[in-house]
Amino acid sequence: MSPFPGHYSYAVTIFLMIAGLYIVIARGNLIKKLVGLAIFQTSVYLLYIAPGKLIGGTAPIVDARYAVYSNPLPHVLILTAIVVGIATLALGLALVVRIREAYGSIEEDEILEQDRASASEEHGRAA
Amino acid sequence: MNPEALVLAAAAIPLAGAALIAALDRAPNVREGVTLACAGLLFAAVAALAPHVLAGARPAVELLEMFPGLPLVLRVEPLGMLFALVASALWIVNSLYSIGYMRANREAHQTRFYVCFAGALAATIAIAFAGNLITLFLAYEALTLVTYPLVTHHGDEAAKRGGRVYLGYLLATSIVFLLVAIIVTWYATGTIEFVRGGILGDRLGNAATGALLALYVFGIGKAALMPFHRWLPAAMVAPTPVSALLHAVAVVKAGVFAVVKVVVYVFGVDAMAGLGSVDWLPTVAGFTIVAASVVALRADNLKRRLAYSTVSQLSYVVLAAALLTPLSVIGAALHIAAHAFGKITLFFAAGAIYTAAHKTEVSELDGIGRRMPWTMAAFAIGALSMIGLPPTAGFVSKWFILSGAMSAEHWVAVAVIVASTLLNAGYFLPIVWRAFFRPCAAGAAHGEAPAPMVAALLATAALTVAMFFYADLPLALARQLNGG
Amino acid sequence: MIGEHLPALQVVVPLVAAPLIVLARRGAAAWLIATIASFVSLAIALALFVEVREAGVVSYALGSWAPPWGIEYRIDAANSVVLVLVALLASFVAPYAWRSAAFEVPEDQHYLCYAMFCLCLAGLLGIAITGDAFNLFVFLEISSLSSYVLIALGRDRRALLSAYQYLIVGTIGATFYVIGVGLLYLETGTLNIADLAARVAEVGTERPVLAALAFITVGLSLKLALFPLHFWLPNAYAYAPSIVSAFLAGTATKVSIYALLRFYFSVFGAHELFEVLPMGAILLALSVAAMMLASLGAVFQDNLKHMLAYSSVGQIGYITFGISLANQPALTGSVVHLVNHGVTKTALFLLAGAVAFRVRSVRFERLGGLARAMPLTCAGIVAGGFSLIGVPGTAGFVSKWYFVLGALEAGSWSMAFLPVVSSLIALWYMWRFVEVAYFRAPGPALAGVKEAPPALLVPSLALIAVTVFFGLDAPLTVGAAAQAAQVLLGGIR
Repeated sequence: MSPFPGHYSYAVTIFLMIAGLYIVIARGNLIKKLVGLAIFQTSVYLLYIAPGKLIGGTAPIVDARYAVYSNPLPHVLILTAIVVGIATLALGLALVVRIREAYGSIEEDEILEQDRASASEEHGRAA
Repeated sequence: MNPEALVLAAAAIPLAGAALIAALDRAPNVREGVTLACAGLLFAAVAALAPHVLAGARPAVELLEMFPGLPLVLRVEPLGMLFALVASALWIVNSLYSIGYMRANREAHQTRFYVCFAGALAATIAIAFAGNLITLFLAYEALTLVTYPLVTHHGDEAAKRGGRVYLGYLLATSIVFLLVAIIVTWYATGTIEFVRGGILGDRLGNAATGALLALYVFGIGKAALMPFHRWLPAAMVAPTPVSALLHAVAVVKAGVFAVVKVVVYVFGVDAMAGLGSVDWLPTVAGFTIVAASVVALRADNLKRRLAYSTVSQLSYVVLAAALLTPLSVIGAALHIAAHAFGKITLFFAAGAIYTAAHKTEVSELDGIGRRMPWTMAAFAIGALSMIGLPPTAGFVSKWFILSGAMSAEHWVAVAVIVASTLLNAGYFLPIVWRAFFRPCAAGAAHGEAPAPMVAALLATAALTVAMFFYADLPLALARQLNGG
Repeated sequence: MIGEHLPALQVVVPLVAAPLIVLARRGAAAWLIATIASFVSLAIALALFVEVREAGVVSYALGSWAPPWGIEYRIDAANSVVLVLVALLASFVAPYAWRSAAFEVPEDQHYLCYAMFCLCLAGLLGIAITGDAFNLFVFLEISSLSSYVLIALGRDRRALLSAYQYLIVGTIGATFYVIGVGLLYLETGTLNIADLAARVAEVGTERPVLAALAFITVGLSLKLALFPLHFWLPNAYAYAPSIVSAFLAGTATKVSIYALLRFYFSVFGAHELFEVLPMGAILLALSVAAMMLASLGAVFQDNLKHMLAYSSVGQIGYITFGISLANQPALTGSVVHLVNHGVTKTALFLLAGAVAFRVRSVRFERLGGLARAMPLTCAGIVAGGFSLIGVPGTAGFVSKWYFVLGALEAGSWSMAFLPVVSSLIALWYMWRFVEVAYFRAPGPALAGVKEAPPALLVPSLALIAVTVFFGLDAPLTVGAAAQAAQVLLGGIR
């Protein structure tokens, strides 16, 4: 194991990961949850890309002048992951818009309260 | 027809009957004609098999392959032959009785009733002819499920509660204990065929074999061994023909039949005799015999009394099998038949009393023998058979069981049999005495029940007596169990 | 010529169907395309299944980039079963959707619904077929994103919140998975699953490998709704349109289980799983909790779809129970239950959809006396319930048999009782339905309710018939499952 400073990118990754996850869990606001989710996903992009970079490395061009390459594969993977992340975020936001139309709120506790109220009302009607 | 075709026919007739009956919903007369015709055909097919089996043939039919290397098989052996004969013969009588009972009491959903009844018979025949444990288990569960609509026939709150107990006990015991026992057997031996002399041998060791036996006998909840007997009284919410054929003959006999079969063909009588860990079984059976008799003594509801008497009588069969002597195994087989004839008579009588007089409690039966002499005479014969007095079938089977107990020098068993005989007399004879010798309650104006019902119960009473005088056929089949 | 490209077509057909549907726009055309795509997928899956039974392994280099550099589609005994299951269920759900979706989904959204259905199908098939760990993530997200949309199409506004919650949980799960894969990639430099297997063996139990194992386990467990990570599932299934609950209940969790099986047995091995980390014990404890507690949860639901959803969590517990024992019969049980439960639960959700179609509610208090109004539907639900209980003669019995056998193989009589006790709980919750449907007098909610139309009834009852067939004549399913178990255990070191 090399000393900690050599792995500082991991530290950033893990910080973002935990922070994102914390926001998702701790916040009741549906938009803020999505923000947390986005941060959480971003940490993964770093996790993949940072180790692929070599200091002094170039793009992988087959030529005698270049001996040290950065690994291009993580970039490709993460391009895909970013697309997926954007799609998720877009869908999540669209859902929040619909939720706001249906409930008039984007606070999770208020929505759940409304659900409980309508459920007991439904129960009462049937009984 | 060759015997294999007869086996298939026996399994298929009630199934085809069920389908036909369902299709004839709008024509009750034809529907009931079909029921009777099926019963007759089934008996004919089963009876035609008997000479083959007596001659030593063991016709087998392989059905589907359920698991790789584990097919569903029907194979006729003497015990199953005997059981199938009894069940199919009594189905004819019972159909006659049902028609009288259902019409006289104007029951609803009669088509469903006859369909399920035919289905129950199909399952019973499949149990009787099951060639391996998995076939037996499949048919056993099918019998539970197809009789559930019969038990809950009235569809009211009481029926629902009774049905819960019925299904809960039977499915829970079979799924939790019996299924595991079967899989353990399969895992330990690589086979679940029924083989004379048993398949288990000493593969599992003493303690594990004892545990496995417990899984089997308690898993076969239909044998109503205490403490898993409560479903049987609960099933008495059903209409009486159901109680008669299913809870005196088909369902409960399927239970004890399976126990005997497992003891004889899975464990093996000789192999078990050498094990110390299976000694508890006669004790449990003996306890059930006595305890159920005591409960019956205190029950005022006639059907409830009969139900507890059934619990007690079933354990005779288990006790007899558990004694592990050749004589007692014959006794077990005979008692399956003997008790069937006697108990169905008693239930028929109870149903006749309900139909004619609308009485269900023993204490209401004062002097009823004078208004319904035929019914109560048949009841008396059934009672004698339960007690084990000549000239009834019960005497024959009890004789063999008692001889077996004595030859095994199992004095606890002897004491149990004697005590229960007294208890049986104690709860049956007062009914007969009350019916014939106590004065009639005033204002009761009724005669016998409808003719088909009376005919049916007289027929079964006659069978009960006949089996005392002509015990050759059942005895010959039973003797083959011991390798004769 | 086409024959050799079947693996690619397996995914491409439904994938291309989706934009075609969007172009077609019209409801009827959309339905037709989706149905044809499902049938074609089934045909391809069956062809591959047969091919795998003969050849053992079919490997397909996507774009002719040779593995391990390019993406490989690799079909063996294990995933060919999953492909058939997914395509089979889609082929039953698609015809059913004709009437059901017309009733439950607003008309202007029909084509979108079918497009999403095809995308979801493509994603699920992709997860099963791909031999590349990252590609698996992409397909996982394709199927997940489309299923979020599908769930949100439910008429009840609670469907929106359920979809949102599922989105959050599903994304976290997928991200955990991709973190695990990233760690493996950093450690080994490869993403091809077969290649990973070889290289992980060389690397041994380095800490990143163990961390990867943990991340992948948690990520996939969220997706497959392993107790206690199942909390998203009941609402998502209950409020989604009927076709969606039916399709997802039978396929989505099952495909995730397949992915878990693949990683556990093909990539990691017995050493990491059971010696260094107590994965077996953890999985066993959670499975037992699922079998007991989630099934008990099903008993106390007041709504048919909720009950079925909780039952799903319990039944998934059976499957992971078999995985945790990791021996031949137990794993055979897991794979065969994957199929059996998928078929059973889809059939049951289809029937619940038929109930919703007529009664407009699946709450028990409205369903009293239902059997008189809809006898065939109720009989079907009862028959499906028998399979959940594991009554002999139904598919559920076959799986239970192997779970008990697996427990005995693991040397434990007491564990043999766990699956059977859980099936008693299943009896309990199914009987609540029976008593509601058969013993209560019909209420006002049932006034004028008739038997479901054949368009709904035929596919659902046909699937029930499949359940019974798999229960009576099991050598086909069990044979395939045993082969799959052998392949999986063969990878274990």
